[in-house]
Amino acid sequence: MDDSLAYALPLIWAAVLATAVTLYVVLDGFGLGLGILFHAEPREDRRDVMMNTIAPFWDGNQTWLVMGGGGLMAAFPKAYGVIMSGLYIPIIIMLLALVFRGVAFEFRWVSKPKHQFWDLAFSWGALVATFTQGVVLGGLLQGLAVEGNHYAGGTFDWLTPFSLFCGAALVAGYGLLGTTWLIYKTDGDLQDWARNTAKVALLLLVAATVVVSLWTPFSVPRIAERWFEWPNILLFAPVPLLTAYAAWRCWNGIENIGNDGEAFVSAVGIFLLGFVGLLISNVPYLVPNSMTVWEAAAAPSSQLFLLVGTLVLLPIILGYTVFVYWTFRGKVRESEGYH
Amino acid sequence: MDVDAVLLARIQFAFTITFHIIFPSLSIGLAAFIATLLVRWRMNGQEHLRRLARFWTKIFAVSFAMGVVSGIVLSYQIGTNWANFSVVAGNIVGPLMGYEVLTAFFLEATFLGIMLFGWDRVSPNLHVASAVLVAVGTSMSAFWILSANSWMQTPAGFEMRDGIAVPIDWFKVIFNPSFPYRFAHMFTAAYLTTSLVVLAVGARYIVAGRFLEEAKTMIRMGLGMVAILAPLQLVIGDAHGLNTAEHQPVKVAAMEAHWDGSKPADLILFAWPDAKAEKNHFEISIPRLASVIIKHDPDGLFKGLKDFPADERPPLLPVFFAFRVMVGIGLLMIGIGVVGAFLWWRKRLFESTWFLKPVAYAWPLGFIAIVAGWWVTETGRQPYLVYGILRTADAVSPVAFGAVLTTLILFVLIYTSVFSMGILYINKLIAKGPQGAAVSPHADGNESAGARPLSVAREATRSALESKE
Repeated sequence: MDDSLAYALPLIWAAVLATAVTLYVVLDGFGLGLGILFHAEPREDRRDVMMNTIAPFWDGNQTWLVMGGGGLMAAFPKAYGVIMSGLYIPIIIMLLALVFRGVAFEFRWVSKPKHQFWDLAFSWGALVATFTQGVVLGGLLQGLAVEGNHYAGGTFDWLTPFSLFCGAALVAGYGLLGTTWLIYKTDGDLQDWARNTAKVALLLLVAATVVVSLWTPFSVPRIAERWFEWPNILLFAPVPLLTAYAAWRCWNGIENIGNDGEAFVSAVGIFLLGFVGLLISNVPYLVPNSMTVWEAAAAPSSQLFLLVGTLVLLPIILGYTVFVYWTFRGKVRESEGYH
Repeated sequence: MDVDAVLLARIQFAFTITFHIIFPSLSIGLAAFIATLLVRWRMNGQEHLRRLARFWTKIFAVSFAMGVVSGIVLSYQIGTNWANFSVVAGNIVGPLMGYEVLTAFFLEATFLGIMLFGWDRVSPNLHVASAVLVAVGTSMSAFWILSANSWMQTPAGFEMRDGIAVPIDWFKVIFNPSFPYRFAHMFTAAYLTTSLVVLAVGARYIVAGRFLEEAKTMIRMGLGMVAILAPLQLVIGDAHGLNTAEHQPVKVAAMEAHWDGSKPADLILFAWPDAKAEKNHFEISIPRLASVIIKHDPDGLFKGLKDFPADERPPLLPVFFAFRVMVGIGLLMIGIGVVGAFLWWRKRLFESTWFLKPVAYAWPLGFIAIVAGWWVTETGRQPYLVYGILRTADAVSPVAFGAVLTTLILFVLIYTSVFSMGILYINKLIAKGPQGAAVSPHADGNESAGARPLSVAREATRSALESKE
């Protein structure tokens, strides 16, 4: 009984954390995407609307990041220590960027009409946070040097062409989430602009996905084996095929006036499939190549204690999150400033 | 002391947490204050209560945003700078913080959306309920974070296996020996701090002759809370002190700069404790009073610093002086409460500008006291991170000196600039006042024109002046 618990709990927790991280990436992803779009749209009235589409939700969205970090610490304390030490620099930079991005939501309105600095804080905060999140992901995928329970590599081991490329890819990805969210939440000129910008973001994301999907297996033989060996290649083929389909639907959604939610849903689909791809490459590693979920796991009593609460509370949290989204449903227009 | 990565990591954590703690302290109290205003408004329909709630909500939003972003930094800093702490104590601290996220963070962060943007969009009942839920969330957050912190002070309900703390009894972990005292002390401190801020803003408006109706409500509610909570805090603090004397005697010895445990302790009003010479310079003290306070007995003996080896003693100066700052401010708050309550009883409260003028500047007192108290309890736990189990020096991450130094500099630069802007904006909102936050300013203007022509005249002059700026 105790053994099977020690086997199952880390897997369940890996699934819970994967859910939290996915929700974070999708939800805060389109929020960060709007910040990235600020660089391309300097008009103040449009920036107001862009921020208003996300203002009631950003805080709840961002909480999934805390859930990801807190859950990692609670369920996999050893991996938490290793990942945080190994990716120290990009993580701290990401946090500081999120400081600027987060306070900009409130400071921008309070400081009007002298809000230019907080526009910069919002746009650069979002861009830097996104880029470093991609770098963190890339750095993690490359693997971290571990000895015993500790990180044993250097301060800049994460800094490679691959991790930097992952950073750039995520900028395109969040950019797509942001533009397609705008298509869904706005209309008129702003929506037209979002449609045009979304096409650029989609093309960039597709290109980046292809590059990352080839780069990863060619640089890590373990991953290449998993994908390309028979019968895996047949088993996993639906993932790239479905991704291509989602990208095609997304393009259609961008052009399809009248069905404004389609592009966003498809963009989310691309992200989910990308995540499935990551899982296929790395299960059962939590820190790729060096630490499995079982090696990193907390004591079963700790994992069980928090799991009970999580299974009860997570549906409730999802429930009221949906409720708040539903409360603020519909298009956001220039005239209706929330503030 | 050598400047090494451990010291830098300590400075970085102390710096970020000192900044962070200010904002939740205000959020906990303000959320409850706003919820109370809205509930009262639903019950009696007095519009100025809603105006007041809307005004404070804007301040709450600014403060909350700063609390959230600095809190996220902290939650990750435990891993970046204290990786070994997460290995040794993660089994226990991790789930406690996990429950904080699940029960509190999501609740407050999600319903904050409705609280801030739902004024004209959802039904009043749903809006009031959202404000209440945000208040509940902030309080539950305090519950869990203080449970985790208390466990690090007085660990219980666990056993050590291969150098790793493994939970045995979660009830004992959560309700560890110092938790009830610490929670009550901090919670009261948060309410007290907020009450003083509300009182100070009310006093500022009365002195300036603006927003009189709102100001009187703020003064009544703020002063009422200070008059009740400040003396209560003395009692809670005393109980907390007794608990600390039982579980962390060396911390109490450091707070009192009490060296020789075989003699009854004098209460030291001022001194310069000298850790090398093991004595106090320039001491001014009241005989035996510390024994009365700690042991409730003039001949009572309690352990002195000399009863502990030098490498088990916390750094003396910050603990000793921060404790005096905290207690001094506490006594000052009791004074404000007593004088204010007397004036209120004599019905002279709103005319007594000699009282209200200094009170208008008293808003930072609670924050200073909280930071000082936090320093006492955190520094007093040194050299341990988890008391008796894990030394701070053994908890640090394998991160290079240069990396910690660089990020420390970044934190100091960014925090001081971003958060001083935040305080500036809060001040801007306060200067603007609740009228500007009203749903329809014209209706409010007319209403107050009928009620208080004089104040409106002053109002008009003032806004004319402001618009020129």
